[in-house]
Amino acid sequence: MSDSADIKNHLGKYWMIGAALLVFTGITVAANQLHLAVPLAITVALIIAITKGSMVAAVFMHLSHEKKWIYGALLLTVVFFIVLMSVPFLTVNDGIGTPIHVPAPAHTGGH
Amino acid sequence: MEIPYIVETRADTGLNNVKLGIWLFLASEVMLFGALFSTYIILRVGAPEWPRGELSVIFGAANTIILISSSVTMVMAWASLKMHAWGKHRFYLLVTVGLALFFLVNKFFEYAEHVGKHEIPSYNTFFAIYYTLTGLHGLHIVGGIVVMLYFLGPGAKLAKKNPDQFTNRIEATGLYWHFVDLVWIFLFPVLYLL
Repeated sequence: MSDSADIKNHLGKYWMIGAALLVFTGITVAANQLHLAVPLAITVALIIAITKGSMVAAVFMHLSHEKKWIYGALLLTVVFFIVLMSVPFLTVNDGIGTPIHVPAPAHTGGH
Repeated sequence: MEIPYIVETRADTGLNNVKLGIWLFLASEVMLFGALFSTYIILRVGAPEWPRGELSVIFGAANTIILISSSVTMVMAWASLKMHAWGKHRFYLLVTVGLALFFLVNKFFEYAEHVGKHEIPSYNTFFAIYYTLTGLHGLHIVGGIVVMLYFLGPGAKLAKKNPDQFTNRIEATGLYWHFVDLVWIFLFPVLYLL
């Protein structure tokens, strides 16, 4: 986007997105007042945060119409980010170092 | 010898160095904050119980509103420059700096309240990760303020000498600032609400 007239057309969109982000912030706080169960509260809060983040990235950071080299760099970042966020699950789910419970030998008694 | 592709775009990528450079920097920032978010998950999943409601939602929500507003003024500062409205550009950039300072003042009072109750990083795991995440984010805010003040002050001379290069620099500053806003959009629910 470089044309002055083109940018003039986008000014309204910037204000609209700003207003929408504020509304979503209000919804996040309101949802918190409902005292939902923790898993549901996390899901709702993250869905709203991802929506807000996408709006910032797409409109304010102009990612909705960027060059393919930028998308390529970001795709690589997303892949590594997913790996990074998966690390905690590996610590929970791996069995390395977990003691194997071998049944104790039966006590035969006597000396 | 002049550095090539500062203003003009490369034929093969369609990008100038400024834009590619700032995006690669932001990619590294994603990994930096990603590592800390990942740490937060490990600590939270591994903890027998996790404190909730330790932080003031009002402080957090106010700072969210402030940063979102600053993102709008930042994009308007860039758009004004593109439309050759120099006065508007300066006004919006100044408002952005003002909002950023307001964010830090708010954060100072929030920190002061917790420190007053001896809720320092060594108090518990939650406060350790809270100060680490918000402290690093706060440093990014300070960095953004320094850059914006530079472009309001001595850096503004470039606008007369090479307007296109100056516009590119403001665009890169804007991309950085929106990223700082984006990080806070995730920090707010994770630390204040969940």
